[in-house]
Amino acid sequence: MADYETHEHDVLVIGAGGAGLRAAIEASATGVSVGLVCKSLLGKAHTVMAEGGVAAALANVDNRDSWQVHFADTMRGGQYVNNWRMAQLHAQEAPARVRELEAWGAVFDRTKDGRILQRNFGGHKYPRLAHVGDRTGLELIRTLQDHGIHQGMSVYMECTIIRLLKDGDRVCGALGYYREKGRFVIFKARAVVLATGGIGKAYKITSNSWEYTGDGHSLAYNAGAELIDMEFIQFHPTGMVWPPSVRGILVTEGVRGEGGCLRNSEGKRFMFGDIPDNYKPQTADNEEEGFLYVLAEKFNGKDSRRPPELLTRDHVARCINREVKEGRGSPHGGVFLELKSFAEWMKKRVSSFDADSHWKKKLPSMYHQFKELGNLDLTKQPMEVGPTTHYVMGGIRVDGDSQMSKIPGLFACGECAAGINGANRLGGNSLSDLLVLGKRAGEYAAHFAKDHGAGTIHDDQIDEATRWALSFIDEPKGDENPYKVQQDLQDMMQDLVGIVRKEEEMVRALDGLQQLWERARKVRAPINREYNPGWHTCMDLHNLLTVSEAVTKAAIERRESRGGQFRDDYPKKDSKNFGKKNTVVWKGADGRMEFRWEDLPPVPDDLKEIIKQQGEGKLPEELQ
Amino acid sequence: MAQAKFKIWRGTQDQGEFQEYTAEVGEGMVVLDCIHQIQATQAPDLACRWNCKAGKCGSCSAEINGRPRLMCMTRMDDERYITPGETTIVEPMHTFPLIRDLVTNVSWNYKINKMIPRFQPRQADAPDGTWRMSQEEVDRVQEFRKCIECFLCQDTCHVLRDHGKTEGEMFGGPRFMIRVASLEMHPLDTADRLPLVKDSLNIGLCNITKCCTEVCPEHIHITDNGIIPLKERVVDRFYDPIMWLFHKIFGDKQKAEPARTRTALPVIHEPAAKS
Repeated sequence: MADYETHEHDVLVIGAGGAGLRAAIEASATGVSVGLVCKSLLGKAHTVMAEGGVAAALANVDNRDSWQVHFADTMRGGQYVNNWRMAQLHAQEAPARVRELEAWGAVFDRTKDGRILQRNFGGHKYPRLAHVGDRTGLELIRTLQDHGIHQGMSVYMECTIIRLLKDGDRVCGALGYYREKGRFVIFKARAVVLATGGIGKAYKITSNSWEYTGDGHSLAYNAGAELIDMEFIQFHPTGMVWPPSVRGILVTEGVRGEGGCLRNSEGKRFMFGDIPDNYKPQTADNEEEGFLYVLAEKFNGKDSRRPPELLTRDHVARCINREVKEGRGSPHGGVFLELKSFAEWMKKRVSSFDADSHWKKKLPSMYHQFKELGNLDLTKQPMEVGPTTHYVMGGIRVDGDSQMSKIPGLFACGECAAGINGANRLGGNSLSDLLVLGKRAGEYAAHFAKDHGAGTIHDDQIDEATRWALSFIDEPKGDENPYKVQQDLQDMMQDLVGIVRKEEEMVRALDGLQQLWERARKVRAPINREYNPGWHTCMDLHNLLTVSEAVTKAAIERRESRGGQFRDDYPKKDSKNFGKKNTVVWKGADGRMEFRWEDLPPVPDDLKEIIKQQGEGKLPEELQ
Repeated sequence: MAQAKFKIWRGTQDQGEFQEYTAEVGEGMVVLDCIHQIQATQAPDLACRWNCKAGKCGSCSAEINGRPRLMCMTRMDDERYITPGETTIVEPMHTFPLIRDLVTNVSWNYKINKMIPRFQPRQADAPDGTWRMSQEEVDRVQEFRKCIECFLCQDTCHVLRDHGKTEGEMFGGPRFMIRVASLEMHPLDTADRLPLVKDSLNIGLCNITKCCTEVCPEHIHITDNGIIPLKERVVDRFYDPIMWLFHKIFGDKQKAEPARTRTALPVIHEPAAKS
């Protein structure tokens, strides 16, 4: 084995978005040595893109809120295939995690009496999202970053991990390379926390950045961990659709939370026509009530129900898709999202209402984004929006309390871990998820590191991985362009395993994936190890293919529609056959992807009772 | 689809040159789209940083026709920055050491950030163990906290760019003046960072040319709302202002070497937006 730069830590955290940073902070606080690896520069991770807010039942705006309501909302949104324990811990601990951020310097928007302000969001019964305008993610990551750098952790920036290293069953470190020089680096660690985010780059239209290539999913899978719920992908209903170069960039749900209306080309608010039964009791059936809900506090409208634009993301995305398909879309293949109706309603109530400054204050970065990228003033003109790949609910299977995977010493948190969101994530629950479960992952990883000695690094694993990595520049097996293969994969996943799925198309996708795997083995990049994105793409491609295969396999098996999985050939929910099960994929002994169903852990009676109370008198099994 | 010509800096700190490329430009495309297209079709190893492609992460900072800009927020049809029919020049930020092509080593900024003592709140004083702050009290720091750390202000700051004040009697730069301001003006914070601002980050070296404010993609009033109030606090505490100005104007004659050996294009400051 060549002589590579080597670092030793008790806990190695891979990924430095919100979840990774929170895990690293927690582990450091217990006194263990922590290494934090970032694929990009510190503070640039995808968390900065989170806009709307962090969900926590602080009950600052509506005192009827509680962890129980938040828990029930999360389970309802996830269509009851969530890991109940994670959903419970998340709802219980989120308020403390948000207050803690304030103690670390975060500056949230305020209520009139000086507390943290909370806004409405899809699927949340009460105003629950602590926020900073529409740049909450930036506030969160910057707060964690500026707190974390004083905790004594070592930060390795622009470093990509390509293998987890194992000693027998347990994980004992990781191998990566620095982007700058292309040099390899070995991390020895007693415990490893994966916090690498999602898989959005498997799709053509996505709100995700280049980093979102399913690295953690793939690292864990290749190391022997299991992936669950991979068929559940969240297509956020509102991405930009025009101009083409910005297609997919996120338009925060906050626009709808602040009164934005979705309309089709006929000017109809089509969401009023399609409210699922289990949301009818809490959804407004007329415009007046919906608007009142937006500013319930101001107008004493606490009993008003939320507008149908704030139904869960899976449902709103499908409704938009349907409007476009049936010929009622906007000129560029989306629908309209407009703020004018709400402003006019407000004007009737408060004659001094100044729409221009109101929206600039409430949605500053959206204003900026549309103004600069779309030549559009959202205070005056309707936006065009359509679904964009946003989040994967599926991921690494972990224990609800400790976030440890099947592999001893390997933990996962944030988007790359699965369970808390079930079939569909509620907006705002990912920022709270990464705080609550990120903290837990860091805490339990530190415990694990204290209780276990260091493993042994095996040279053969290093040699295999470095040879593989270098083969794309030193000894390419073909002449494929990695960017082209990636693009073809994205086109195929978008067309065949996208928002509306059919068995025959997905079977074709599986064939297509085999061909893409072949091509991915033959990609080449110019011979240059220094900051060579072509080479990096060659390697990332293998992660994208792994997660794409997992998504497709799981999506074929779940022959029903639920949350982030919509099957054209099975358009109904089939609770009898699929309501109590998770899909599981793992790497078989022969290297092929294996599949099985696994029963959900039963929900304890006390939590069942909470769901019943919050679910209009029904037990989870009746709601599934 | 129209074609656009580019000259892009290729190379490392030691050697390099501008190379010419052509991109097909569709409606609404930004400079970063062209860079990606060139990467995918002509120069697979063209190094550039980017993440969000929506002006929120501050990764894709570069100098476009001599102006410090985010590549993802510079539209090809924006005539303030791109002249139709002419070759567009894209090069890395000048102030920081070059790694390769459009990627610079910005690690110095992370070192400066670490020098700034973290937020230290006063004891919680509300009955529920938290604090009360009004929106009016936090408006000011919220402006500073919009910063996406693109470091374009650091790039354009002549104290760093032309005088190379990154070590010795170094200047913390506009980004970190704003960061200190966001802490010093935080209604709950109790730490005192004025000695640091004065002696280590050398706020006195800023002579308020406001170049930083002009290039800020978040439109933060860096100079007016951040640096000037901090300067006032430093002056109030430590100086007789008249003597201090005299010293700075007449006492500091040595000119430091520029930070980079590569010939820098002059920075053209951003013209006002077209109405």
